[in-house]
Amino acid sequence: MNESARGWGLIKLVTFLVYLFMFAPIIVVLILSFNASQFGGFPMTGFSLHWYGELMQNESVVRAFKTSLWIGIVTALVCTTIGTMAALALVRYEFPGKHWVNALIVGPVLVPETVLGVGLLLANRAAGMKANFGLLLLGHILLSLPYVVLVVQARLIGVKRVYEEAALSLGANRLQAFREITMPLIMPAVLAGLLLAFTISFDNVSASVFWRPPGVETMPTEILGMLKVSISPQINALGALMIVITVGLPLLGGALARLTIRRQTKA
Amino acid sequence: MTNAVELRNITLAYGSFVAVENVSLSIEKGTFLTLLGPSGCGKTTILRSIAGLVNPTAGDIEIAGRRVNDVPIHKRNIGLVFQNYALFPHKTIFDNIGFGLKYRNVPKPAIAAKVKRALEIVRLPGVEKKLPSELSGGQQQRIALARAIVIEPDVLLLDEPLSALDANLRDEMRVELKQIQRQTGITTIFVTHDQGEALAMSDRVVVMNRGRIEQMGSPFDVYEHPQTEFVAGFLGNANFLQATVVAMQGEAVQVRLAGGANLLVGGGHARPVKPGDAVKVVVRAEKVVVTPECTVPIMARIVDVDYLGALARYEVELAGGQRLRALSSLHEKARSLGETVGVGIDPEHCRIL
Repeated sequence: MNESARGWGLIKLVTFLVYLFMFAPIIVVLILSFNASQFGGFPMTGFSLHWYGELMQNESVVRAFKTSLWIGIVTALVCTTIGTMAALALVRYEFPGKHWVNALIVGPVLVPETVLGVGLLLANRAAGMKANFGLLLLGHILLSLPYVVLVVQARLIGVKRVYEEAALSLGANRLQAFREITMPLIMPAVLAGLLLAFTISFDNVSASVFWRPPGVETMPTEILGMLKVSISPQINALGALMIVITVGLPLLGGALARLTIRRQTKA
Repeated sequence: MTNAVELRNITLAYGSFVAVENVSLSIEKGTFLTLLGPSGCGKTTILRSIAGLVNPTAGDIEIAGRRVNDVPIHKRNIGLVFQNYALFPHKTIFDNIGFGLKYRNVPKPAIAAKVKRALEIVRLPGVEKKLPSELSGGQQQRIALARAIVIEPDVLLLDEPLSALDANLRDEMRVELKQIQRQTGITTIFVTHDQGEALAMSDRVVVMNRGRIEQMGSPFDVYEHPQTEFVAGFLGNANFLQATVVAMQGEAVQVRLAGGANLLVGGGHARPVKPGDAVKVVVRAEKVVVTPECTVPIMARIVDVDYLGALARYEVELAGGQRLRALSSLHEKARSLGETVGVGIDPEHCRIL
């Protein structure tokens, strides 16, 4: 074996190990969620959908799931609307303090979530309010907004202004030009932003623990709560569902976006 | 008759930078007018201000007799063609061309007929269902043109529409663009930095430099009778000779070159002159004749030869050390380096600036 072949062998091995390290936990959860055993670990004693059934019966889990779904959907819609408008303002218009706004809008991405969680909670206290559902929702919007802005902004820079100018010169007013030209062209990014915002909200745990009012659980805080009591095999089933949603959605979004772009620029 | 476009004392400044300074221009209906100049001379800014994409700091713009300073772009009825086509990538060719008609309340059947007619004019029938990315660059530019003329604009504005095409295609499109313009009779303003395009296509050429108009006139006028050194230098291959006016001979002017030789200037002068004035004489390289005979009054020595096949480009040095470029078509062997030759300049083809 010559040296370069040995080098390649090593690279392949390392690559395999890295991927194994990244995906093994996820695969384990997926496999174990179908385990018939009483205990949430190996060995497998048979294939069963029993724990999924149990999960559907578990009222607090279903309630938490609904809560997370609601918050995720509202967060996604609000963030996409505001985020797209913000991106338009930042890319297409000049206004005083633009650089500051641009820098500050990504702030929540850079600040650790826990700090942000405590901060928002304290601010809320200072304003004389208790933790409530609105606060939780507001927090999630705060967390997800920068991602939408960044994604849409990046696409908007790629959509040259000349398309809008052409539409205007042909007699469309600004609103019509936006609806007919700009919006369809940035649609892939807007959709990606929508899914991203939903996923970020649906996944979030560290900030949610600070913001949720007593008695309200989101999906991740519910799992955290369950883990404190015992490691029930239900958690594996729940984990598997979470993985499917939070990994599947962005993948789906990405595929949709690529499809739209390919259709627009078909060679 | 009102002019198609009228600019009155247009000034356009970005902070302290003045892009266009006090430009006035009247464009008759049906004219093909070219704004020609180096990049940054303000030609595109003028085009964009007529389109309504930028607002002049001062001055009035009229389109078809209507003052449009405060009219937004989408109500101006202009056709705009961009350097990079700017076809809507997500719309079919039909929807691209029909886009402007949709906002003019044209009924659907009429839109289809007009789109079909526009595609015939640009000689690309039958591509309605394709997407812009399925067409070549030249075809895309034709579609962009069709999209702009189908709305029957008061004025067609072309912003360097040929510069993204490769050389052969550019020549072809140049001819075609001119034909389409003649056929439709749409007043056209064409922006370019390419003097060849400007001379070949235009009814009128406006030469611009540093935000001002240097000269306007027919292509023949601006080429043969440049008013300023900039115009003479920008168009074609010009020689500038230092000389002193010796005597006036009717329309013509007798001058003495720095090297002592006399030259008769019959091409006119940009400003009044009198004997004793120091002047600059401009003569185009292709009008300088290099001959072996020593019968002509000006003698020179060849200091550089570029053999170009059909042509030769000489650089010759006159007695006083002034150098001249000459471009001659070759009927025989090219002259060689160091040879002493006579330089003939027809009085008609030199001009005092």
